[in-house]
Amino acid sequence: MSTALIFYLFAGLTVASGAMVVSARNPVHSVLWLILCFFNTAGLFLLLGAEFLAMVLVIVYVGAVAVLFLFVVMMLDVNRAELRAGFLHYLPLGGLVGAVLLGELVTVAFAWNPTESTAALTRAPFPDPLQVTNTQALGRLIYTDYIFLFQTAGLILLVAMIGAILLTHRRRTGVRRQTIADQVDRSPRSVELRKVQSGRGL
Amino acid sequence: MLDLVAALFPPVLWTLIVIVGKIIAIFLPVLVVMAYLVYAERKVIGSMHLRKGPNVVGPLGLLQPFADGIKLFFKETVLPTNANRAIYLFAPMITFIVSLVVWAVIPFGDGLVLADINVGILYVFAVSSLGVYGVVMAGWASNSRYAFLGALRSAAQMVSYEVSIGLILVSVLLTAGSLNMSAIVRAQEGMWFVLPHLPLFVLFIASGLAETNRSPFDLPECESELVAGYNVEYSAMPFALFYLGEYINMLVVGAMTSILFLGGWLAPFGWTFLPGPVWFFAKVCLVMFIFIWVRATFPRYRYDQLMRLGWKVFLPFSLIWVVLTAGTLLALGRLPGQG
Repeated sequence: MSTALIFYLFAGLTVASGAMVVSARNPVHSVLWLILCFFNTAGLFLLLGAEFLAMVLVIVYVGAVAVLFLFVVMMLDVNRAELRAGFLHYLPLGGLVGAVLLGELVTVAFAWNPTESTAALTRAPFPDPLQVTNTQALGRLIYTDYIFLFQTAGLILLVAMIGAILLTHRRRTGVRRQTIADQVDRSPRSVELRKVQSGRGL
Repeated sequence: MLDLVAALFPPVLWTLIVIVGKIIAIFLPVLVVMAYLVYAERKVIGSMHLRKGPNVVGPLGLLQPFADGIKLFFKETVLPTNANRAIYLFAPMITFIVSLVVWAVIPFGDGLVLADINVGILYVFAVSSLGVYGVVMAGWASNSRYAFLGALRSAAQMVSYEVSIGLILVSVLLTAGSLNMSAIVRAQEGMWFVLPHLPLFVLFIASGLAETNRSPFDLPECESELVAGYNVEYSAMPFALFYLGEYINMLVVGAMTSILFLGGWLAPFGWTFLPGPVWFFAKVCLVMFIFIWVRATFPRYRYDQLMRLGWKVFLPFSLIWVVLTAGTLLALGRLPGQG
């Protein structure tokens, strides 16, 4: 009974805060609602017994991704009047994209027949949660069974990361930079050390 | 009579009451210790500066923290006219609540823990990564440039140092073979992790200083250039909540250091004549003394140096240490799941 109540609390809050994300006028408020949404999703994971996923969701999405969102949105100077003026102009295109996405979702939900191999995968036995903690189960899956797929995904992300750095990084000339090695390398004779007696001063 | 009690308190309610009782039993001591941490800080820094520190209110100034608290309680709460009210008032609450919520998984002694969950350390990491929101929201909602700059600095700093803290945790977890806080402490029965992981211990304390915005990394509240940083517009109780939150966060870092590196409630040299929680408290006090000592000793870092230290020194070093730890454990056949 109480589990069901808590589930409806989390689920209701998730949907409500999701709605607030898109309907809030102030973009900073939107991000804050999004954070609430993440939290409630983490709560839903906890109810499923997936404590590792719940914590990782909070660490990665709330602790890192949303902070960056907030960072960017806070510094944006959004002109609401301008946004509203463009609303009707972009409505047909936006509506079309939305309709296509909705259509795809509906198709997937109602007309998708998994092949035999996919169905077999979803029916595959998973470790008993009472014997293996889900951190261990996930670790075995990612780092033992599917290690090469996992590493490939990591490599793709690395390439994207290097690409992003390469595209944005530039070295400017004429900037005075601190070179720590030079400072550490300074000759000790340029500093005078004195023993100061406690309570006396120089 | 007993039937009446049973009818009035169904089992669910009864467990709830017990849990609330436990929460209060953690909450009150934490607040008292925090109050005396402020007192200790002023006294210790005072004697390091050859001053006396607070010595007027009560014997030896022992009532000073309460005098400060009462003063803040009776001051006026000022709301800046252009502030975003809801977020402005919500920010200090977040800071305060987040700093208290962590204590749920911290083991004070063998079995003395409110929630002994499997992913305890991830929980601490998750909750402490929320601390940045209180600061950012306060800076943004105050609608003041000083506060905003302070908030930006603080957010960048906390996010940067969290990365290296995460990698430090990975090394410790590999050695302990569990994410459960009590299991980590029990894994140190033979040897405290401060010995094999001594460089990490130093790194963890330095990152902890940065994470809690303490000197020498207290750039967010750099008085000389930012007045007081993100909390410059706050007064009275909202300010007090920030203050409380910061000092409780310091205690959290102290508790985490003693659990991860100093063997938590375990007695050193087999001196078991004192109970576990006393040892735990002594270790937290030791780390707090280091924090205060550092504040009295080191000058403040410059902002770009701080970022450089985090990303170019701490991060690569802790990453290399993870590889070293994993390699050593693999060679010794002591990797979790190997034996």
